[in-house]
Amino acid sequence: MEGSIAVAEAVKLCDPKVIPVYPITPQTHVAEELSRMAADAEIDAEIIHVESEQSAIAAAIGSQATGVRSYTATASQGLALMHEILFVASGMRIPVVMTVVNRSLSSPLSIWNDQQDSFAERDSGWIQLYVEDAQEAYDTHIQAFKIAEETDTPVMVCMDGFILSHTYEPVETVKKSQVRKFLPDYNPKYRLDPDKPVTMGALATPKHYMLFKKQQQEALEKSIAVIKRVNREYASMTKRSYGDGLIEKINMNKKSHAVVTIGSLTGTMREITKDKEIGIIKIKSLRPFPKEEIIGACENLDSIGILEKDISLGTNGALYDEIRSALYNSRKKPKVSDFIVGLGGRDITERDLEKIIKKIKSGKEVVEWVV
Amino acid sequence: MAKKLNPGAVVDKPGGAVVNKTGSWRTFRPVVDDKKCVKCGICEWYCPDRTIRVTGEGKKKKTVIDYVHCKGCLICMEMCPHGAISKVRDE
Repeated sequence: MEGSIAVAEAVKLCDPKVIPVYPITPQTHVAEELSRMAADAEIDAEIIHVESEQSAIAAAIGSQATGVRSYTATASQGLALMHEILFVASGMRIPVVMTVVNRSLSSPLSIWNDQQDSFAERDSGWIQLYVEDAQEAYDTHIQAFKIAEETDTPVMVCMDGFILSHTYEPVETVKKSQVRKFLPDYNPKYRLDPDKPVTMGALATPKHYMLFKKQQQEALEKSIAVIKRVNREYASMTKRSYGDGLIEKINMNKKSHAVVTIGSLTGTMREITKDKEIGIIKIKSLRPFPKEEIIGACENLDSIGILEKDISLGTNGALYDEIRSALYNSRKKPKVSDFIVGLGGRDITERDLEKIIKKIKSGKEVVEWVV
Repeated sequence: MAKKLNPGAVVDKPGGAVVNKTGSWRTFRPVVDDKKCVKCGICEWYCPDRTIRVTGEGKKKKTVIDYVHCKGCLICMEMCPHGAISKVRDE
């Protein structure tokens, strides 16, 4: 099935009661399919067609605060418009799940894929999980609800626009009865209830604000163990798992070099790296950032090269900075190179990737734009 | 403070505004001149924090300010039609 439809199918199984979505560009088939499901009474959910993405996420927070699951989906400019409310969701500890179909940000105007939209929101206090293919998108959404609700932290599932959202792939599905067992009913400690009034996200004076932020930081640190456990539980249900849930080491046995990938590029690299004496470290979780796991994966390597579809203008690729920072205290750290690729949907060709692999293996440290 | 902070800054008991002593925010404190004050209560209507009240009955009527919570916005001074409220620097 199409990547977007796979997501809608997974969300359907998790039974959200409210789905506020902005119904116009840059929306995807995820919202379209969920609207169809609601119209055909396949799901028992209220679809709210709001006037902007900012309203979509605000409505998701408000409805979830009443004690039901809410879900929304967006992309590129839509996510940027949500920026302010993303911090409200995480600060209020409302475990909304949202799909971000990764597409580039204007200007220049572009509708194509890169990951700058969600990378720009990595400080918003949300868990961010990146997926490689439609199957992983499907599986990760079912896990995302559980991770969010156990950590009281909202989760963004990020999937590459067009490459995943608009491509048809075989997807193995799960039964509703299995999801029922895997994902318990949503039962938050606090909810908006006229009989028991509460204030959520109240004013915090300078004395308290920082303590709330520290609580969020601790929740994200604890989420590392939750993500790993949920990945294991899902594997025991479906026989499918994605590394340890945070990173996946692919063909790393007896390798001294590796490419680091995030998102759909991993699939491409699986093909390219065959018989090339180079492994792949796939980052699935950007937030929480799996520092220990990355240090462990890099321990016996001579060099790694990061491939990323984002750029923190004025410095480097964001993933490059974060991985180098994680490796700073590692005793056996590899040489680290960075390759900015595929911005605004630019094709990443086999020849590009072969050149990149050669450069990584040469052991020289470079930071390059592959253009 | 910081006994127990509910995640998400959830306040599950009423009365938070009473506990929160906002009087420390003040730069100027409003002071009522009892001779000019006619106890009309206009200041009471306009006070955003209900910290200024006309209390008592008949001749015992008096305009009282709760300085523990008064933030010193001085709206009462602006609104008083008789110029009965003035400001004094809080030291």
